[in-house]
Amino acid sequence: MRYAYYPGCSLMESAREFDVTTRAVMERLGCELIEIPDWTCCGASAAEPVSRLMNYALPARNLAIVEQEMEGLDVLAPCSACYLNLLKVNREVVGDRHLHGQVNEVLAASGLHYRGDVTVRHLLDVLKTDVGAKIAEQKVTDGLKGMKIAPYYGCQILRPYPVFDEPGNPTSMEPFIRAMGGEVFEWRMGNRCCGASLMMGHPEVAIESVAAILADAEGADAIATVCPLCQMNLEAYQARAVKEGGKPVPVLYLTQLMGLALGLDRETVQLEKNLTMTAKVREDMATRAWAMPEPETGTGAAGVTDQPQEKGASHV
Amino acid sequence: MSGAVRETWSPVSDEYRSVLKGLQETVGACMQCGTCTASCPNGHAMDVTPRAMWRMIQFGMLDRILESRTFWMCSSCYMCTLRCPRGLKLTSAMAALKRLARLDGNRAARRNGAFYEAFMEDVETHGRVQETSMMQRYFLKRKDPALPFTFLPLGVKMLCKGKVHLPSSVHNGVLEPLFAKAREMEGMS
Ligand code: SF4
Ligand code: SF4
Repeated sequence: MRYAYYPGCSLMESAREFDVTTRAVMERLGCELIEIPDWTCCGASAAEPVSRLMNYALPARNLAIVEQEMEGLDVLAPCSACYLNLLKVNREVVGDRHLHGQVNEVLAASGLHYRGDVTVRHLLDVLKTDVGAKIAEQKVTDGLKGMKIAPYYGCQILRPYPVFDEPGNPTSMEPFIRAMGGEVFEWRMGNRCCGASLMMGHPEVAIESVAAILADAEGADAIATVCPLCQMNLEAYQARAVKEGGKPVPVLYLTQLMGLALGLDRETVQLEKNLTMTAKVREDMATRAWAMPEPETGTGAAGVTDQPQEKGASHV
Repeated sequence: MSGAVRETWSPVSDEYRSVLKGLQETVGACMQCGTCTASCPNGHAMDVTPRAMWRMIQFGMLDRILESRTFWMCSSCYMCTLRCPRGLKLTSAMAALKRLARLDGNRAARRNGAFYEAFMEDVETHGRVQETSMMQRYFLKRKDPALPFTFLPLGVKMLCKGKVHLPSSVHNGVLEPLFAKAREMEGMS
């Protein structure tokens, strides 16, 4: 399985661990990701408030390149905002003759043209539909036994276009969490908006959403996300959100958790990049603290697989 | 804004009129059921509910619309769009309201639109968003000397985690022709 890979700007900047783990996990699952040559920003959710045309032309430029140079490949986007923007071109531009003409007129300024033949997929769609949790399970070397993981889908991945899952009650991450040996943490906030870029201009409003999400995640060992903005909002503002009633919870990319279970090395999984990775959380991860029997027994708890370095460390 | 008194019922210029007309088409079929308002996670921070906003658009109450902070509170979560029984593109309508307010260009619009503009300017310059330079642009636009300091602790944390990078110039200028063409077509300088 080969895909035209669209990392998006965040994955080149503050969310590099998402990029690195996506590439590594997909490779391990037998998918080949070929980065779209010379891709540019999709406009995120900032383009539409500034220019209607650029909101479509920015993502269309990337699809035009795929259509021209990577014929037949589906686009794979790990970021939810990138995914929606690219998908929007196919849903809202293609089929609207007037708008399609306008967008191509803009693209023509760079010698490009988009017919509308490229299929856009989210990472989670490819995992669910093309790979399947069974295949992932077969490759697990070091399961996350007993780890309670709260799947967080956020907004734009299934709204307004619910392509591969049910937007009111999404479940597509769950088979993968179980395949990794983890437990699905039941909660209600999995599809609640994190506030997105409202965090920039009106943090007091966005913090309320983050606090509500983090409060509902109480008891989970980690939140799994598939969007760099969700990850950033849920993680970077935790201290403030805790004051508003949230609970501190590590926020990891689904691909990082999968990377751990698939036995990728530490440099690849890059847990230390996450702001919520305190020494305590790292140690819990390393010792699989949540798999230990309730009262703290000594060493050698059942289900702990080989963890060379930090296993000996006494856990608090 | 700027002392001028505008009539509530009369659209000001042709540009306004065309954006407003597009908006009226978008929400024309609204039957005022209120599902959008009930679905909005940011409703508590809005001064006019989304449902009432669509009504004001139908009536062309430009002054009232532009005074409102409602559309700036929209985080593009698409919950209202997903749930509207009339299938209206409400998130797009919120974005169009932001564009309308930009045309108006009052102080609140400059402040609230600063992030989107900084983002897009950075995209135009670099081809891809460079987080450090985008944030600098944002701070400059907000003209609030205290603002950078509120982001400082986070910036330092990100620096320590190796999440801050020097801007890359590899894609500089790649998107300039597209931006220029779109501006020409949208009739803005
Ligand atoms: S949900 Fe749709 S029909 Fe109902 S009030 Fe909102 S816009 Fe109008
Ligand atoms: S898209 Fe905007 S208006 Fe609609 S529910 Fe989300 S935040 Fe509210």
